[in-house]
Amino acid sequence: MSFAREPLPKATTIKLFKSLFLARRSEEYIVKHYAENLMRTPMHMSMGQEFVCVGVCSALEGKADVFASYRSHAAFLAQTHDTDRFFSELYGRTSGTGEGKGGSMHLAAPDQGHILSSGVVATQIPVAVGAAFANRQLKTGRTSVVFFGDGAADAGVFWESINAAALFKLPVIFVCEDNGYAVDTPREARQVSKSLSDAVKPFGADTYEDDSGDVESVYSLAKEAVAKAHRDRRPAFLNVKCCRYLEHVGIGTDWNWGYRDQATVEREWIDRDALKVQRARLAKHQVTESAIAAMEDEIDKAIQASVKRASQAPIPTPDRLHAGVFYEKA
Amino acid sequence: MRKLDYAGAIREATTQEMERDSRVFVYGIGVPTWSSIFGTTKGIPEKFGKERCFDTPISEDAMTGFGLGAAIRGLRPIHVHIRVDFMILATNQLINMVSNYTYSTGGKLKVPLVVRAVIGRGWGQGAQHSKALFSNFTHIPGLKVIAPTTPSDMKGMMIAAIRDDNPVICFEHRWLYWAEEDVPEEPYEIPLGVGRILRPGKDVTVVGLSWMNVEARLAADILAKRGVSVEIVDPRTLAPLDENLIVESVKRTGRCIIADCDWVDSGFSAELSARINEKCFGKLKAPVKRIGFAQTPAPTVRELENEFYPNAKTIVHAVEDMLGLEAANLDGEDFFSHERRFRGPF
Repeated sequence: MSFAREPLPKATTIKLFKSLFLARRSEEYIVKHYAENLMRTPMHMSMGQEFVCVGVCSALEGKADVFASYRSHAAFLAQTHDTDRFFSELYGRTSGTGEGKGGSMHLAAPDQGHILSSGVVATQIPVAVGAAFANRQLKTGRTSVVFFGDGAADAGVFWESINAAALFKLPVIFVCEDNGYAVDTPREARQVSKSLSDAVKPFGADTYEDDSGDVESVYSLAKEAVAKAHRDRRPAFLNVKCCRYLEHVGIGTDWNWGYRDQATVEREWIDRDALKVQRARLAKHQVTESAIAAMEDEIDKAIQASVKRASQAPIPTPDRLHAGVFYEKA
Repeated sequence: MRKLDYAGAIREATTQEMERDSRVFVYGIGVPTWSSIFGTTKGIPEKFGKERCFDTPISEDAMTGFGLGAAIRGLRPIHVHIRVDFMILATNQLINMVSNYTYSTGGKLKVPLVVRAVIGRGWGQGAQHSKALFSNFTHIPGLKVIAPTTPSDMKGMMIAAIRDDNPVICFEHRWLYWAEEDVPEEPYEIPLGVGRILRPGKDVTVVGLSWMNVEARLAADILAKRGVSVEIVDPRTLAPLDENLIVESVKRTGRCIIADCDWVDSGFSAELSARINEKCFGKLKAPVKRIGFAQTPAPTVRELENEFYPNAKTIVHAVEDMLGLEAANLDGEDFFSHERRFRGPF
């Protein structure tokens, strides 16, 4: 179902558009320049799915502690909008989120609320539960949000985490980016339950299904779910259907793999691409084409500037290899 | 000074740190219950409440990730496993997550997490309640690993572990819980990464791990009657290792036996042996000897257990072999068993 509440305020529509555009254009830059072999880190692209992270992070207005999977780009950019540290990390520079030691799968900017991303399926999920506990004990007012794919719902730790969050009455927002595949294995080959939400509900979480493909729907859903989770001291499970446009890892398409039909994907998803829909909404808010183009140009310029800064930033010196294995007080 | 046992030392360290720092909490399967992990958490739930001392589902994987999340967002968790064998369920988080997030965030994230694991032989514990697995964790960069032997070391090292901004795994041999000695009442820290000479000697160095220091002490007493002087070195911290203390001891004695309560093959004793060979090559009067579990799963029946687990006899005979002495008749000696608890002092 869709949770869109028409119309959202114009400022929100613009904010969501810009955030979507930032994630999309950043990844389009990666696609264009990956072959230069300067970003030497496996990329699990968010393209097509960005609206999930953008909708949720925008709804939390910076007050989220975000935990993401290896498909981390949209989650990182939706939360931080920090293309400087993003590209610096992909280019392996000291100015990156992990001075080049993390790469695409380990993006982390804890000071900006993107706590960590993880490359092993489902490992980030329980971490979000512990963070929610810390947020409650320390009364930070922050909300713990975890993004993962439907493949992660195959893992025992997902169910352990839902159970623990409900048992400890923690308002964790579990967001399943349900693109239907674990690499190229369809959900039907991995899970008996027709509906993840139905399976999760008895564990004590409020569950929501969103198949709108629409960032405003996800935004409204997240607002509702977060408020209820805090009010009722319960976790929320948001199952948001989405589509990964590119291959599991890498910058290409995978139509030749044969596990999904290009024409069907185009008809069901790409034709109603969330960014395209959001751009069209701007016109309904009487934002002129030239004003939209100006916004897009501003973001493109910011990305270009970040890339330039990244490529000019220092590469870690060899002595940095042994630094930071253990935390050292500043 | 009053006497305190090893379990009491853990309890006192935990209690004092929880009083000092409201961010410290302790949790795990069975932690707040009547049995209270060999008494190590007794009284803590009553004193600090359910938010700071709580039970968990039998979900070691998730509850370890939970500890990581709490630690990186400002708390200082202590996660307890009643058997290290059950902690294997937590290794995905410990090895893939807990150990490497400081590094892969360029040193930004601190992970002040203590993970306690009960190890060792009990009473017919069989193959799944008796392991140590030191080297599974010392193998991993980013984890600190401690295995204190004495109550006073345990108290100081537990306090240091809780105050450390890095993940620390603490191995506690279950036969040590009853050991008593004088332990200072006030809080104090024993720095991690610093070993200790438990008994000075000149003929042979025995590097003991955890419980094996108790066995080494008895072996040293038996051998002393024959004029053999044994130096016992307790690394206390396995990672990062106080290599220098061990190396200097072996250079003095020229002989080294490593007594582990774990498997020998690819075990921590192999790491120690390699380092000693690298650093003491010209000074060694005999090859380094390693003592540990038989390379089989742990059996349950007592007669086979006695073959499986090394003890003071094993150490005595190893020293005799190394020094070219006749094997002594040990029939009159008093060896430890589960029924005849070691209560100290060391």
